[in-house]
Amino acid sequence: MTSPLSIVLFSGTEDKLHAAATLAAGAAAMGRPVNILLQYWALDAFRTGQIGKGHRLACEAEPGAPADAASLPWVETLRMAKELGEVQIRACAGSLDYLKLDVSELDALVDSAGGIASFFADAGDGSITFI
Amino acid sequence: MNAVATPDLDTITAEKIVDARGAACPGPLLEAKKGMATVALGSVIELWSTDPITKTDIAAWSAKVGHEFLGAVEADGYDRVFIRRGK
Repeated sequence: MTSPLSIVLFSGTEDKLHAAATLAAGAAAMGRPVNILLQYWALDAFRTGQIGKGHRLACEAEPGAPADAASLPWVETLRMAKELGEVQIRACAGSLDYLKLDVSELDALVDSAGGIASFFADAGDGSITFI
Repeated sequence: MNAVATPDLDTITAEKIVDARGAACPGPLLEAKKGMATVALGSVIELWSTDPITKTDIAAWSAKVGHEFLGAVEADGYDRVFIRRGK
C-alpha cells in the first residue's frame, strides 16, 4: 500500500497553509492518502468564520509579497483535495486545549479531534513533514 | 515526449473538455482528476490549461495512477492536453 503523506501543520500563515494545501492536493490526486495534524496557529486558522480570512505571511516573506498569488485559495485547494482523494484532517487535542477551542468551533474541513498516537498510527513508518 | 503535436491528437474527439485556463498548479491537475471521474473507462478528456507546466504534470499523474497521457497541442495561448481514462 502507498505510504501516506503525513503533515504536521503548525503555522497559521497564509503562505504556509497554501504550501501545505498544495502538497495535500498533489498527493491526493496521485492516489496517496494524506494525514494532517493541525497544531497551534494552524488550528486557529481553521476556526469557523475565520478560515481563509487571514493575511499574515511567514516571517521570511518579502515585504509586500501577495498573500495568495495563486488562483485557487488554499481553503478551496484543500476542499478539492478532500473531495478527490483520501485526506484526513485532525485537530491536535493538546493544541485545542491550549487555545481553549472545541473541535465544533472549527471548519467542516476538520474531521475530528485526535491525539498524537492516532496521528502516528496513521503515519505508519512513513516520514512526517512539519510546516 | 511532452507537447508533441501529432495529427492523431487533432483527430481525437474528447468525451469531455475540462477548462482549467487561468488556474495555477495544482488547479489543472485537480480539475483533470475531477473530470476524469465523469467519463467511462477508455474515454478521452481534453484539459485546457494556460499553465505551461500542466502537460508535464499530467503526464506524471497519468503514469502514476494508470491513465494514458496522449500528448498536448498548443492552441491560442493555452495547451490542449489529452488523457485517456485507464482505470
